[in-house]
Amino acid sequence: MAELFIFFEQIYRILFLLIPVLVSVAMIVWLDRRVWAFVQKRRGPNVVGPFGLFQTLADALKYIFKEIIIPASSNKFIFILAPIVTMTLALIAWAVIPFSETFVLADINVGILYLFAVSSLGVYGIIMGGWASNSKYPFLGAIRSAAQMVSYEVSIGVIIINVLLCVGSLNLSDIVLAQKDLWFVIPLFPMFIIFFISALAETNRPPFDLPEAEAELVAGYQTEYSGMMYAMFWLGEYANILLMCAMGSILFLGGWLSPIDLFPFNIIPAPIWLILKILFLFILFALIKAIVPRYRYDQLMKLGWKIFLPFSLIYVVLTASFLMYFDLLPGN
Amino acid sequence: MSLIRFFKTIFMIDFLTGLIMAIKEIFKPKKTINYPFEKGSISPRARGEHALRRYPNGEERCIACKLCEAVCPAQAITIESSEREDGSRKTTRYDIDMLKCIYCGLCEQSCPVDAIVQGPNFEFATETREELYYNKEKLLENGDRWENILAANINADSSHR
Repeated sequence: MAELFIFFEQIYRILFLLIPVLVSVAMIVWLDRRVWAFVQKRRGPNVVGPFGLFQTLADALKYIFKEIIIPASSNKFIFILAPIVTMTLALIAWAVIPFSETFVLADINVGILYLFAVSSLGVYGIIMGGWASNSKYPFLGAIRSAAQMVSYEVSIGVIIINVLLCVGSLNLSDIVLAQKDLWFVIPLFPMFIIFFISALAETNRPPFDLPEAEAELVAGYQTEYSGMMYAMFWLGEYANILLMCAMGSILFLGGWLSPIDLFPFNIIPAPIWLILKILFLFILFALIKAIVPRYRYDQLMKLGWKIFLPFSLIYVVLTASFLMYFDLLPGN
Repeated sequence: MSLIRFFKTIFMIDFLTGLIMAIKEIFKPKKTINYPFEKGSISPRARGEHALRRYPNGEERCIACKLCEAVCPAQAITIESSEREDGSRKTTRYDIDMLKCIYCGLCEQSCPVDAIVQGPNFEFATETREELYYNKEKLLENGDRWENILAANINADSSHR
């Protein structure tokens, strides 16, 4: 009986995290379209619900009622599995995100490693979808996406090492608490910028949305998908973007800490601060989508391997030397 | 690469300028209209839904000359006519297949008595195809409904004809 109770308690905790995440993914799609429209002096979705907030729900409802078409020459098992993998991987990563000192689903000691591993696995959903479609555009899109995500993961990994050098722990709560006096965005500002740009590439957002470059590849790896399966890719993508924003705010912007530990700020609950920081980063994502043109593929590869990787490696050496010289290494 | 260019790239000056401009644009008035709730202005020459007009005394203008039927490039118009008791030639049938129609406005231009006209209404979407096969009754009803605007439009455009 006691085991059953624990089991249900865990289920409730997971639902308590997942449902808000899914709802916020829906809201974030709306926000993205709205910011994009506003920059272009359009109105954006504003009809369904107050300010068009329920637009995504209406879209999702539409997708549910659409027919799912599975191409005859596709590998059906993998074709169906791909969106499920994308969606699942985008959601399971949220388990380790700390919303406050106590509110974290799984407070594991290798939190950041887990987060990094899960976000790296995200490429499998895309490459499975592209390969299983058995069609040229999805295949090209999937190859592009795989190469791009692998390249930028390397620099994200090195950037994370920078942060870990300053913290001395892989636990996400420890990373946040280490920023109590000084957010890492200040000493590691260049790394924050590189992390942000790599996050754009990692989530296939403009200007690095080559895997789904409309002009060349129709819709990249999503070309053959329809109905709810397409919607799952789409939600998974936005869940990933949200996750990257959460990762950015935890690593550099002090997670759930308030900017200053003073009266009007520190009575605001911790999760609100994290949500505000995620929103700030996401609005930047959306603004960048509206203003930048798409990179060429060789430029993208050059930026990843020849500029970001050496620069972040040099910064690792700099950070390590600085910490060593001034005897600031954590654990000492 | 010149030194200035190098520093511009490193500090992303161009990008930040663009970002600030984008943020400024957000607060500027919108260029698009909030369509179903506010509508844009329509020219008097707009070629929308068709209508058959009447004379002020209620007599149909159409004299069944079939010029519109002849000129219609999509062959969307079908006319049948007969002589009425008073000796005037009138249509017994005037059908327009609104699905075939390409809204070119040639019927309106060819009409010697301004009977068939295209009004400003472009929101006549229906749920079935059948509802878009317009007959004489429907066209005359359109004419009665839009007469004020149609007359004003023809008047406004008359100096250019």
